[in-house]
Amino acid sequence: MRRAGPLPWLKPGVFVGALVPIGAILWRAWRGELGANPIAQALNQLGLIALVFLVAALACTPLKIFFGWTWPIRLRRMLGLFGFFYGLLHVGTYVGLDQVLDWHAIWDDVTKRKFIFVGFSAFVLLVPLAATSTSGSLKRLGYARWKRLHRLAYVAPLLGVIHFTWRVKKDVREPVAYAVVLGALLLIRVGAYLRARLSAPAPVRSERSRLVSGG
Amino acid sequence: MGRLAKNSPASEITPEGLYMNRREFMRNAVLFTATSAGVGGSLLWLMRGGRAEPRPSERGGGTDANEQPLTIARYGGYATDEQLTPYRDITSYNNFYEFGTDKSDPAENARTLQPRPWTVAVEGEVHSPQVIDVDQLLTRFPLEERVYRMRCVEAWSMVIPWVGFPLGDLLKWVEPTSRAKYVAFTTLLDPEQMPEQRRHVLDWPYGEGLRIDEAMHPLAILAVGLYGKVLPNQNGAPLRLVVPWKYGFKGIKSIVKIRLTEEQPPTTWSLAAPHEYGFYANVNPSVDHPRWSQATERRIGEFRRRPTLPFNGYAEQVAGLYSGMDLRRFF
Repeated sequence: MRRAGPLPWLKPGVFVGALVPIGAILWRAWRGELGANPIAQALNQLGLIALVFLVAALACTPLKIFFGWTWPIRLRRMLGLFGFFYGLLHVGTYVGLDQVLDWHAIWDDVTKRKFIFVGFSAFVLLVPLAATSTSGSLKRLGYARWKRLHRLAYVAPLLGVIHFTWRVKKDVREPVAYAVVLGALLLIRVGAYLRARLSAPAPVRSERSRLVSGG
Repeated sequence: MGRLAKNSPASEITPEGLYMNRREFMRNAVLFTATSAGVGGSLLWLMRGGRAEPRPSERGGGTDANEQPLTIARYGGYATDEQLTPYRDITSYNNFYEFGTDKSDPAENARTLQPRPWTVAVEGEVHSPQVIDVDQLLTRFPLEERVYRMRCVEAWSMVIPWVGFPLGDLLKWVEPTSRAKYVAFTTLLDPEQMPEQRRHVLDWPYGEGLRIDEAMHPLAILAVGLYGKVLPNQNGAPLRLVVPWKYGFKGIKSIVKIRLTEEQPPTTWSLAAPHEYGFYANVNPSVDHPRWSQATERRIGEFRRRPTLPFNGYAEQVAGLYSGMDLRRFF
């Protein structure tokens, strides 16, 4: 079958789907359907969706390792950027709606509360990643340096999961579920990396860079 | 079209080519729609913590049907002129882990609770222990409406018009002995009625406690209703504790046992996380929760946070109970 390009529907489809959560939150806020504590509800849901996207971005390479699929790799940058986008909305809701720009209270929170410190760190780490997400930045930085910087993509969701776990009062099932998924995704990479090293000492570099280009 | 032409011979740009193009367009449109719907739907599902949307019949369900009016003998005790939190918010935003840990869970799930018939045992260090039906309690003790602030340990608050009677009246009735130093309360233990008790989120049954002088304080009440009507299940039907100068988790719900003791009873949250939740749990803006500030709170329905008051604004009435105590240590 002739095609206008491989899977031309994929990126636009994911893009529109990725906007559904913010659309739903705005719609419910407007209709007064966010519950008794709408700011807390929006805050929690935006943070959760940010984490979902960061984890999803890390799932692309393992999908390639396991199934040989290459199409998820093409979504990776967009997924990561959506993680940043929802993280920004999450932080913006906290700063603008929850604390209403009370910088003193915000400073206290970030420095005194470890769950907020960890969450804020995750967001701060995402800023350089989002800023250097363009192909131009990759060329400017050089692949090796760009790659090293973008390893932060592993750290941010890890901190995000810790932030989530420390926030809940008692029932940690949901954060633990994300931790398990994240752990599995990281293990797959470590496994693939070790296997590549063990099976072929000589072509380690190329094998690694192949993984890396997908990771 | 340009891209299509690239890998097709020029001769193929014919009606057939246009036909294929349209077919491909339709196919891509369908796949695009399916992808965005799939991604969007999955995200909405994850936003609800991986649970399905409640069925319309469950939405805002709870026990609104059980809206029987109560006969109230007295109004206005310890009144506040603050704006009441709407009934809908009070009955749809609850911490009642026996029905789920999400604040919308109790309203959706609490219909399995059967608050009638219901008996309460009052026992321990008392001269005349009682096992009494909750409806008899309502006739024995004249009901009052008490409009109280309710400050949750999670830093949100409400103003709730409770209907109930002073806990002290009940305790005087059973005649505490001289050894009665504390009052321990226990929630129903029945996974059939409280399905989340099958999971070990907390040590079931939920237990709470007060010092006897706290329990005898006229502000402490046993509530059987709110907004003039019988207490909805999700708010702790048929009988719950309300201690307005303490964090909300002290207000144990669906009580089946009240026991007077000589020793300080264990309490559920202080067992679950002793460094975060103490036995006293007095509202105190200067003692933060280890993970968040208690200096401010969001009043449900308001936009800006407001400062939290010592003893939730009841310092004048209750601060004397704690004179000489280090409230940082006994948090």
